[in-house]
Amino acid sequence: MGLIQLGRPDKDGAPDVITTTVEKAVNWARKGSLWPMTFGLACCAIEMIAAVSSRYDMDRYGAGVFRASPRQSDLMIVAGTVCRRMAPVIRKIYDQMPEPKYVIAMGSCATSGNIYDSYSVVQGVDRFVPVDIYVPGCPPTPEALFDGILKLQERIMQKRVFVKQPDQVKQSLKA
Amino acid sequence: MHLLAQRVQDTFPVAFVSATEWRGDVSVTVTRDKVHEVARFLHDDPGMDFDYIVHVSSVDWPDDEERFEVVWEFYSIRKRQRIRLKTRAPESDCVVDSLTDLWKGADFMEREVYDMMGIRFRNHPDLRRILMPDDYTEGYPLRKDFPLRGKGWRDTFDFLDEVPR
Repeated sequence: MGLIQLGRPDKDGAPDVITTTVEKAVNWARKGSLWPMTFGLACCAIEMIAAVSSRYDMDRYGAGVFRASPRQSDLMIVAGTVCRRMAPVIRKIYDQMPEPKYVIAMGSCATSGNIYDSYSVVQGVDRFVPVDIYVPGCPPTPEALFDGILKLQERIMQKRVFVKQPDQVKQSLKA
Repeated sequence: MHLLAQRVQDTFPVAFVSATEWRGDVSVTVTRDKVHEVARFLHDDPGMDFDYIVHVSSVDWPDDEERFEVVWEFYSIRKRQRIRLKTRAPESDCVVDSLTDLWKGADFMEREVYDMMGIRFRNHPDLRRILMPDDYTEGYPLRKDFPLRGKGWRDTFDFLDEVPR
């Protein structure tokens, strides 16, 4: 991105043109309005709620608009222990989210099952949904969750949006 | 012996097995065939008046001849007294009388005992699994001979086959 200063006298020399790429602009818009879905499963949900509330205010990162419907959200924060019986529900909700969609595995349980090496607990939510960011902690503090969201925003900025090259184009590029 | 346990013994001298008291907790063990009668006495007798069922649970004693133990805990809201009722059942015939006709609240708790330990309750109105799925086939997870990590159910995600790619 760059600022171009045309230096017109009636503008006091203030810059009035921004140069960027469409891709960056789209990514910037996407990262700045992550709408998470309320998906608290255990004690991590309490920290997630604290992160959204006034003391920590996750809305500062544009990720404060929690939706109760997967169809209106683009970030699923899996906050808590995932029981095997809950797994098809999580997958169904993930499938209902519109693209582009991101998943944060919040806490040790969603990441690895934590200490619950038992018959009913899934050993990491990444076994059935793709996870973008893993946030460690038991439970993670709101600051840790913010770190995960900021890391996710960095990743979103690196994503290529308008690359859909058919095979014949790829072939011609190689030759 | 505690007064409540003494009354149970006096009323059911044959069914009474043992009674313990530890730090104010009164436990009475009775034989399996009379457990419903004893429970009815605890529920209906004006001196007992146990109108509230606190909990139903079960214990697996794998080395004992009568392997399973069912534990009911009762509370009297009016008299502010508690009692714990226990009975034993062997693995070959682990069926115990349901107490749902006396305490409606026993329904879900007995279903949980059935789900986790595989003890069946005679005359229960709707004895199905409650925590595990209805089609769960690995057995009863809280039994001592059940492997801690289960038998593979937690790692099989059959629903992924139906996911649109």
